[in-house]
Order: sequence, then structure tokens, then C-alpha cells
Amino acid sequence: MENKRREPLFHIVKRDTLPAWQSVGIRIIAILIALVVCAILTTALTGDNPFDVYYTMFQGAFGTERKTWFTLRDLSILLLISLALTPAFKMCFWNIGGEGQVLAGALAAAACMICLEDKIPDPVIVLLMIVTSIFAGAFWAFIPAICKAVWNTNETLSTLMMNYIATQLVAFFIIKWEVPKGSGKIGMICQDSHVGWLVDPMGNKFLLSIIVAAVITVIMYIYLKYTKHGYEIAVLGGSVQTARYAGIKVGKVIVRTVCLSGALCGVVGLLLVGSVNHTLTTTIVGGQGFTAVMVSWLAQFNPFVMVLTSLLIIFLDRGASAIATSFGVNESFSDMITGIILFFIIGCEFFIRYKVIFKKNSAEATVNTAKAEAKENSTEKIKDKATANEEKEDEE
Amino acid sequence: MFNLVSFIPRAVAQGIPLMFGSTGEIITQKSGNLNLGIPGVMYVGAMSGVIGSFYYEQSVGKGNLNPFLAVFIPLICSLFGSLLMGLLYSFLTVTLKANQNVTGLAMTTFGVGFGNFFGESLIKISGLDVPSIALSRTSACFSAKLPFAKSMGWFGKVFLSYSFLAYLAIIVSIVAAIVLKKTRVGLHLRAVGESPETADAAGISVSKYKYLATCIGCMIAGLGGLYYVMDYACGIWSNDAFGDRGWLAIALVIFAIWKPDVGIFASILFGGLYILYLYIPSMGHMEYKELYKMIPYVVTLVVLILSSMRNKRENQPPAKLGLPYFREER
Repeated sequence: MENKRREPLFHIVKRDTLPAWQSVGIRIIAILIALVVCAILTTALTGDNPFDVYYTMFQGAFGTERKTWFTLRDLSILLLISLALTPAFKMCFWNIGGEGQVLAGALAAAACMICLEDKIPDPVIVLLMIVTSIFAGAFWAFIPAICKAVWNTNETLSTLMMNYIATQLVAFFIIKWEVPKGSGKIGMICQDSHVGWLVDPMGNKFLLSIIVAAVITVIMYIYLKYTKHGYEIAVLGGSVQTARYAGIKVGKVIVRTVCLSGALCGVVGLLLVGSVNHTLTTTIVGGQGFTAVMVSWLAQFNPFVMVLTSLLIIFLDRGASAIATSFGVNESFSDMITGIILFFIIGCEFFIRYKVIFKKNSAEATVNTAKAEAKENSTEKIKDKATANEEKEDEE
Repeated sequence: MFNLVSFIPRAVAQGIPLMFGSTGEIITQKSGNLNLGIPGVMYVGAMSGVIGSFYYEQSVGKGNLNPFLAVFIPLICSLFGSLLMGLLYSFLTVTLKANQNVTGLAMTTFGVGFGNFFGESLIKISGLDVPSIALSRTSACFSAKLPFAKSMGWFGKVFLSYSFLAYLAIIVSIVAAIVLKKTRVGLHLRAVGESPETADAAGISVSKYKYLATCIGCMIAGLGGLYYVMDYACGIWSNDAFGDRGWLAIALVIFAIWKPDVGIFASILFGGLYILYLYIPSMGHMEYKELYKMIPYVVTLVVLILSSMRNKRENQPPAKLGLPYFREER
């Protein structure tokens, strides 16, 4: 017996594409398990009833009409950044410089407002803001893109460095333009004249960014799916060699796509300064450039699914702020919860792409029931097995 | 005006957390795992150490700390915390073959949240008015220096005025360099990063090496967080004070062209660049300081571009960096 080679308990094979409802089902199960784990964690750390906590979270995000508008606006900003990064990701260009590109756009918009107030008429300023912020965002993306295209420079790190350079640049201009002197911040820009403030459609100050996000979601879907550019991006993302053989000019596509990505980030910067905040700080983006990476990837680069994934993140974020105030937990709690939920979603992708086949034996039936009973424990390990069980049932 | 003898120790102190972080990340990347979760791991490492020493200080009360335990408990807690993070990352990326960039970013979100959440909680428990935790007694044990350093003039100040963790960082880097370059284990590890198919065919367990390298790398990186809190910040934890050092550590890997021994000098140089703005006269304009703070990032970007322009074979990242390995997918 000792010498007999032990047959592995299970082995892994790659599966064909799952039907949509199954892959969605697996993701929903993962999120539910994650919520249970988070609930247990919340109770353990704060001693509060997890249902109360989730109810408070829901209240915090959608409790009143005003809160819902805030949630929707935050959602639209995160969604826009994710949409902006998507074409680059789809091409396997890991642009984690969304933060810097948004800041560059925001800086350009703020510069137009501050330097040109009272000098030229308002509509011209708005037009200039739009043009300059788009160019600033695109320029901030252009530098890593051209380096990638010509010298194959690692884009993850170059875009990361561009973030910090943008942050310091903004910090420099904030001190230069600070109002009042010595305060270290700019405050409301053009508070009295409202020069350069973007229009509020139907008098609702939340609506502009939501409309822009909705429009760009549709455009981005069409762009990626039905245009020649979108096709080139998809081929390049699949394999650089294939793209080269197919006669696609790889460098040109990289630069064009990444500049588009940066230009859209610039638009977000414009919205943040011109419509949402009316001011400029170094933390105006608040790490959303990184969050957007995950939003985009979790949605598998599908713009419509991205609405849902960004809703999930924003819901957690705003909900956690509500917990923070009413349960006396600090706001970093939301980061932890978000992290845990992300781990589960990331992990469940495995069960969508691969299939675990257990060794066939007579004990299998009993093992299966035992596992089903153990489901309640809902640790990550159990989750794997439980999902594997369900897959089995599907096969049968 | 520019006092080199006072500048170098400060640059080294800035560089040590980066040195831990980059050495850990180099080991991880050599196995083909691009761990963007290092900033989170360093937060967790720092926080675990803080939790350990906080409860030790509480349990001792007003009595004297046992210097051995005061160092040992936070050290073990820190290593354990970052080991868990390493296991999590390896489980997701190696066993479940998840996307490494996304996993890393999620780990950073989680880790920074973890650090700040428990930081805030401990601040509440300690009931102080200031938004920080002061562990000055533990810190005193950690930053104990060689007694004869002071009597040796500039030599003592430049070379001997650091605490044991600083020397540990250098030793770890040298050992990592030797292991990677000279030993069989290092050869196997590099093979796993360059070409997992070949390594697998040669009978090397790819998963085992990836797990080991990632976990050891995370533990080393976590020590960087511990050093920052206990020595550099004199035992004072305040939320977000650690800042973006984790990201800098990742950038340093490129700066050091994947060689831990080069990393020692690179991190000290980087530490110097990081604080250089304090030494450049700003001629009454506060805003220039902000521009000077840009220097380390600009330099990294330039080095990154230059090294990719030269395109020397031995200066390239591991060939299969960032890609999961699945045996049946060849």
C-alpha cells in the first residue's frame, strides 16, 4: 500500500464557455457568501446585529431621495473612469494611471476657470475647459503609451509614476492659487460669478454626470463591439503576434486607444471640477483610478455589466459611511468589506473558467451530502467545494 | 549648507522600508507573480506588529517591558499577518489562477483598510485625544542602537547609527541575492518565473515555488511596514501616514533591475531622493517644495524608460511575469 502511487483527489480541466445564466449564478453565489462572511466579521468586530448593519448600509445608500442622487452621481463618476480604462485593458494595456489622468483633466479645467475668469465670456471658457481637459488627460496617457509602443516600457509602472507626478503638480498649483493665502487649499472656484460651472440639466446638480455616464456607456459598448477600432483592440488583446500578422499597426493602435482612455479620464476631471466639486484638491479622485481597474475587470470589460459592478462598489462605499456614523465604526471598514467581497468575486472566476473533477468512487455520494451540510460554515474552502457540488448537479 | 553626514542616515532610514518592500517583491516577481498587493501587505505587516505590541504594552501596564518580548511579539505578529496576506494572494492567483493585477489591487484595498480600521479602533481603545497610537516603549526597544556608535564620529553616524531591523534589511537583501544567483533553489525559482513549462517538465513543482516565493516575499515586505512604525515613526501609528511607500517599493524593483543587491543601493538612493526636497532651498516659495517632491517619481520614470530603451537581456523582467500557469494549457 505504501508504495502505491496515490491518485489525486481531483483534477482541473478548462471548460467551454458556460451559459450566461450559470456564470451569473456563480457570481451571485460568490457575492452572497461574501456578504455572509462580511456579516460574521462585522458582528465579531463590532458586536452589532449584521442585519441591522446591512439595513443601515442600504439606508445610507438609498434611504432618502437625496442620498439616492448622491449614490447615483458617485456611481456615474466611478463608471466613467472604469469605462475610460476599459479599451486599454481590453488591449492588455494595464493603465493604472486613471488617477493621474483624471487629475490632469481636473487641473486643466480648474486652470481655465481660475486664470480666465472675467477675461473672456463664460461660454468660451466652458468650451476651453472641455478642450483642454480632454487634451490634458490624453497627454497624461500619451507618455506611457508612446513608451510602450516604441520601447515596450512596462505600462503598469509608468502609469503609476505618472499618477504621483500629477498629484505633485496639482499640489504645486494649489499652493500657487490658494485662497486665502496660506490656507493650503483653493476653495470654491468662481463662487460668485459661477464662471465655468457646467450647466445643471433641469436644475438638478447631480444629473449632468449621470447623463454623460449613460451616453458614454452606450457609445463605449458600440465602439468596442461594432467598430473596426474595437475589433483591432480585441485582436491585440488576444495576441500581439496575431495582430501583427493580421496587418494591424500595433504601436498605432496602442497609442490611439490609450490616448482615448486618457481623454475620457480627462472628461471625468472636467466633470469633477466643473460640476461635482467646483474645487480642486489632490485627493479629488480618491483612489477611484485603482477601484475602476477592478470594476472594469469584474465586468469582463462589458460596459453594461460595469454599471452593476460599480453600483456594488459604490453601494458598499456609501453604505459603510452610513455604518461609520451610526455604529461608530470608522470608514476604513468599507475598504475591508470591499476587499473581502472582491476576493470572493475574483476567486469565483475560477469556477467559471475551470471545472474540478473529483475522483470517481463509491464514497462520493456520502461525501457530497456531508459537504452540503457543511455549506453553512461558509469559509472560502467550503465555498469551493460547494460550488463544485453544484457544478456536479448541473452535469447530471 | 548641505550636510552629508546628517543627510545619509536620514536617507537610509527612509530607504529601509523600501528595501524590505522591494526585496520581497523581487523574490515574488522572480517566481512570475506580479504582486501589486505589496502596499496592502506592508500596511497589514505594520498593523499586526502594532496590535501585538499594543496588547503587550497593555498587559505589562506600568511595569518594565522585557526587551526581548517587546521585540519578539510584534515581529512574530507582523510576520504572521503578512504571511496570511501572502497565502491569500497565492491561493487566488496560483491555485485559482485569478488575474494578478486585480488580485493585487484588491489586496491593497483590503490591506490599507485593515490597517486604518484597526488603527482607528486601537486609537479609540487607548482613549487619547490625538489621532495616533504611541508605542514609544516598544519603539525604544526596536530602535536600540549600538552603544559605541556615538563615540566614533562621522563613521559611527553614517554606518553604525541604525537599529537591528535596518541591518536585517541589508542582510536579507544580500542573502536573497546570493540565493537567487548562486543556489539550486534560486535557479529553480528563476526557471519558474522565466518558463514554468520548462520548470514543470524538469520536475520542479511550479505551484510550490510560487507559493513559497510569494509568501516569503510578503513576509519580508511586511517587515518594512513594521520598521516604519516602530523605528522610523518612533512607534507612533497614525492612519495613512505610511503613504505610498508600498507603490514606491514596487517601482524600486525595476530601478534595481530585479537584483536584491542592487536594491540595497537603489532604495537608499531613493530614500535620499524622497527627502531631498527638505534640503533644496525654496527661496520663500512653498509651492516649489511640491515640485521637488516629484523628483523620485520622475527619476523612476526616466530609469524605467531608459532601461526599456537599452533593452539588455539580463535587465528584463521574468518572461512570464503576471501570467498564471496551467499545465494543460500549452
